[in-house]
Amino acid sequence: MRSILMVTVAAAALAMGATGSFAADKLKVGFVYVGPHNDGGFSERHDIGRQDVEKAFGDKVETNYVESVAEGPDAERVIERLARQGDKLIFTTSFGFMDATLNTAKRFPNVKFEHATGFKTAKNMGVYNARFYEGRYVAGVIAGKMTKTNVIGYLGSFPIPEVVQGIDAFTMGARSVNPNVKTKVVWVNTWFDPGKEADGAKALFDQGIDVLMQHTDSPAPLQVAAQRGGFGFGEANDMIKFAPKNQLSAVIDNWGPYYVKATQSVLDGTWKSEAVWGGFDSGMVQMAPFTNMPDDVAKVAQETVDKIKSHQLNPFAGPIKKQDGSVAVAEGQTLSDKDLTGLNWYVEGVEGDLPK
Amino acid sequence: MVDWPVVAAIVLTIVTASTPLLLAALGEVVAERSGVLNLGVEGMMAIGAVSGFAATHATGSTFAGVIASAIGGMILAVPFAVLVINLSVNQVATGLSLTLFGLGASAMIGDKYVGVPGIKLPQLHIPGLSDIPFIGPVLFGQDGLVYFSVVLTIAIGWFLTRSRGGLVLRAVGDNHDSAHNLGLSVLGVRWAAVLFGGACAGLGGGYLSLGYTPLWTENMTAGRGWIAVALVVFASWRPARVLVGAYLFGAVTILGFHAQGMGLAIPSQFISALPYLATVVVLVIISGNKAMLRANTPACLGKPFVPTR
Repeated sequence: MRSILMVTVAAAALAMGATGSFAADKLKVGFVYVGPHNDGGFSERHDIGRQDVEKAFGDKVETNYVESVAEGPDAERVIERLARQGDKLIFTTSFGFMDATLNTAKRFPNVKFEHATGFKTAKNMGVYNARFYEGRYVAGVIAGKMTKTNVIGYLGSFPIPEVVQGIDAFTMGARSVNPNVKTKVVWVNTWFDPGKEADGAKALFDQGIDVLMQHTDSPAPLQVAAQRGGFGFGEANDMIKFAPKNQLSAVIDNWGPYYVKATQSVLDGTWKSEAVWGGFDSGMVQMAPFTNMPDDVAKVAQETVDKIKSHQLNPFAGPIKKQDGSVAVAEGQTLSDKDLTGLNWYVEGVEGDLPK
Repeated sequence: MVDWPVVAAIVLTIVTASTPLLLAALGEVVAERSGVLNLGVEGMMAIGAVSGFAATHATGSTFAGVIASAIGGMILAVPFAVLVINLSVNQVATGLSLTLFGLGASAMIGDKYVGVPGIKLPQLHIPGLSDIPFIGPVLFGQDGLVYFSVVLTIAIGWFLTRSRGGLVLRAVGDNHDSAHNLGLSVLGVRWAAVLFGGACAGLGGGYLSLGYTPLWTENMTAGRGWIAVALVVFASWRPARVLVGAYLFGAVTILGFHAQGMGLAIPSQFISALPYLATVVVLVIISGNKAMLRANTPACLGKPFVPTR
């Protein structure tokens, strides 16, 4: 409800701004965020991408954004408002904006739309996502080297393929350097609830893990890792401030390079609708500095990043065994992107059952 | 084989998860016993959380933070009190807007504190006592607000049933016309109760940003204010039952996580829904029994009082 109010106010403000300034020669680029632009995580990373666009193009481009937009009917109104006020390229940065973006794209054939993390496209609507599991594989390598108990933890938000990719990649990364490692998983059923995230993290540490990977948005699990003298990884952002002695690294969402590229192609008139899924190689995924670990571990981590970047290593290349020991991907084969986007099984080394 | 340090750690986690619910629900019990339904608990908690974080950040003292969180919650209760007590505005609608306002205002105030690490409430350490296995960390190793919340439960229980002030409060909540005719200040009592409720909700919020997870982010209350409101009904307006209920709600969540970690197949979605389900069940039991309904529910709950003279 609050976000509806904020959106209304923001939309009104944008409308007034639009009537006040007519800079026809500038390309206007709009962004729609699901959270506040300074949420310290997901939406903030998109806003940093927007600032990269401003820096890269200076006077040639004008950006604007609407924040805290609820996923649902309001999103469509906001996106349409941006299109009406003259934005020629609009990034909608949350999965739940998919249908709203598609509907608006049909009504504004001259406007280019880019939707993050979805799967529907149109002639004037592209989709982009990042292979965050590559970063989680590297985190797994670090965890496998750092664990003393050989039990590492994973704090999951919702049991959807994207999160399962992370759990599997993390576990395979760890077992590539330490075959005795087991991963314990706790689901908190929220992307963002610092208290619950902390509780889930405490439960994992109480059960004997010593390195924690999280796929929820707040720094609370990392703080718990620090309190318990264990290690953790930042989520989306470098969160080293919250655990200066206990953050090993972080998988950073880095949308800037993609936003700059898409903006450039619209300026050049070469933009076309694509489904982009970039990893380390595209710059969309980055690792925060490797901290609080011996030099040799940092070295192995960096080598892993380089190998993935140069496509010598694919986290989902066979042989991969499922939890029950059956072969999921044979040697010499690689899990296809289609299978990855529907991933619903744990690899060997993950404990517990995946909620259905 | 029972691993006592682990059991102690689990109990500590449960206490931490339950304390914000307990503090906020205790305040709501007092407000509702006086006849005022305040659905703005979530908003007052959010304001309490940001006030506590801001004050601690500015002064470096968590004690100052705790005080600020109570004051913050109380300040937010003032416009609510003016509207529903003096102007007899609908309590449900006003409470809901108080929640929306509190969440929005806290986000605005807290803008510059996002991404800033906080200071954690210090935990008590009594040499000797705190080192006793199991009992030490559970009984003598908590932070101050945990002890305060237990003392507050006892104090409110005593106040409501054993003191003249409590009798007046309940009289106002059960029959404001009679209370008025007896010469009691209905509006004055309700003002005091609402302000007290605001302070308690603020403290509950402060516990979130100072004790539970020492950080500030928008929406960090994440629905705990609503659980607190549900808890009051669950506890049928009795402080001791609020305490039991808060610990039960906390325990269910934490044990659910442990079950997952141990690989037991309990759907985590079910665990998340359980506090609300439990409240619905209690509501059904209470409403099916007229005697219980009369004995427990403040009769004038939600009804505005307009003095005839």
